[in-house]
Amino acid sequence: MSRLLYTLVATTLVVAPGLTWAASPPGAASCLGCHTVAAEGGPVPALGSFTAEQMVTAMQAFRSGSRPATVMNRIAKGFSDEEIKAIADWYARSKSK
Amino acid sequence: MAAGGVLAAFGIPAARAATKAAPRVVVIGGGFGGASCARLIKGEDRDITVTLVEANSTYIACPFSNAVIAGLRPLEQQKFGYDRVRAAGIEVIHRKVTAVDTKQRTVRLDDGKQLAYDRLVVAPGVELRFDAIPGYNEAAAEVLPHAWKAGEQTLLLRRQLEAMKDGGVVVMSAPANPFRCPPGPYERASLIAHYLKTHKPRSKLILLDAKDAFSKQKLFEAAWRELYPGMIEWVSLSSGGNVTRIETDTRTFVTEFGSHVADVGNVIPPQRAAAVAALAGVADQTGWCPVDPVSFESTLQPGVHVIGDAIIAGGMPKSAFSANSQARVCATAVVDLLRERKPASPKLINTCYSLVAPDYGISVAGVYQPANGLLTDVPGAGGVSALDAPKSMRAQEATYAEAWFKTITHGVFG
Repeated sequence: MSRLLYTLVATTLVVAPGLTWAASPPGAASCLGCHTVAAEGGPVPALGSFTAEQMVTAMQAFRSGSRPATVMNRIAKGFSDEEIKAIADWYARSKSK
Repeated sequence: MAAGGVLAAFGIPAARAATKAAPRVVVIGGGFGGASCARLIKGEDRDITVTLVEANSTYIACPFSNAVIAGLRPLEQQKFGYDRVRAAGIEVIHRKVTAVDTKQRTVRLDDGKQLAYDRLVVAPGVELRFDAIPGYNEAAAEVLPHAWKAGEQTLLLRRQLEAMKDGGVVVMSAPANPFRCPPGPYERASLIAHYLKTHKPRSKLILLDAKDAFSKQKLFEAAWRELYPGMIEWVSLSSGGNVTRIETDTRTFVTEFGSHVADVGNVIPPQRAAAVAALAGVADQTGWCPVDPVSFESTLQPGVHVIGDAIIAGGMPKSAFSANSQARVCATAVVDLLRERKPASPKLINTCYSLVAPDYGISVAGVYQPANGLLTDVPGAGGVSALDAPKSMRAQEATYAEAWFKTITHGVFG
């Protein structure tokens, strides 16, 4: 397995050493059904490529419909401002570890 | 819940708790739910001993297997091994489970070996009910394949379509809810129609349904009118779609209203949780497994968690994506319970893509949370792709479908 892929997989499953899913906010784990944390270059952006502010802004825009989307508009509607912020902060933290 | 209460309630032997021996988790079933759950538990806490029991040494994924049937993809791209699961520190045993003793907390394998566990995760998937439609048993599936578990059956249906003459009639049947992959029969009809249109344009497909409505129905029907006009005939339950008997010698689907003779026939029979669920005592009289929607612990067997297609999941469909979402929540809950913490109430996502043609994807998405003992749709969220979306968006969803498969299979098996 390539080094890139190994990093990707390790990151996907463990997120980062010392940061466990037990402390993750509701919904955060499900993002990784489609997204990875580390950059991969596919059509679905890696969550590690955003700051918390960017993620909050994007999710709110998806939710309001002001940003066109295929599927994120439907998913974003399932999360409150507080939940979005918690998820965004958590991914930002997981990246900085 | 108090820490002592957890130990007492779930019967972890006192000596074990006192000596803080490494907790043991056994996971039965190595698919999108089970293999992920095993890896996530190990990733979360390396001190937990995790054993994965899976009968097959090669996993053959169902998502995208309809593309194999349509000749758009080799079956090889559906196959995954367990080397990386082992490399993650998980003992993987390719054996069948013959008994589960939930009192003694042991799993017995077909070589006589016994595995002790503190918590058991059962991710059995479905089994096809060969007792549901008269005339449709395992032998009949060699003539009229189900292809609802990917592998030889997928290839059999593919070969039959290849051998069919132009002008032939393909007859499919879809079961009543619940069943694995609710949009699957309609994706399959679409991709078979794509093959027929491309290679055997005078042919036709009849889809007999035991339902009056189905997943992404408006999107599928609009796409069929656009891409395959006159080629797919969907027969609803109230129009006589319910198959009451199969006659293999004449390839006949008998319904309440008449009968349909197939050149190529595909029976997708009713399903239930696979047999190991009954062995573990986690399936109820419906054949499916009721679980607590926070921890995925069985409501019938304390200490046993169930995830994936086998569970009664409320609004969440039986999909690989759902199984994977559930595996993530279940893994955290299992670790929490082993570490005497109370699992937090989760939120889960499902997204299912279907291909109507190679460059034409549609999707259904949902967000779910525990309510009234089930996983319930978060109001206002989810839904299907826009009915009036431009072609570019259909093409984009087709690439997302492919990307999803890549990401999820790398996460589980890579």
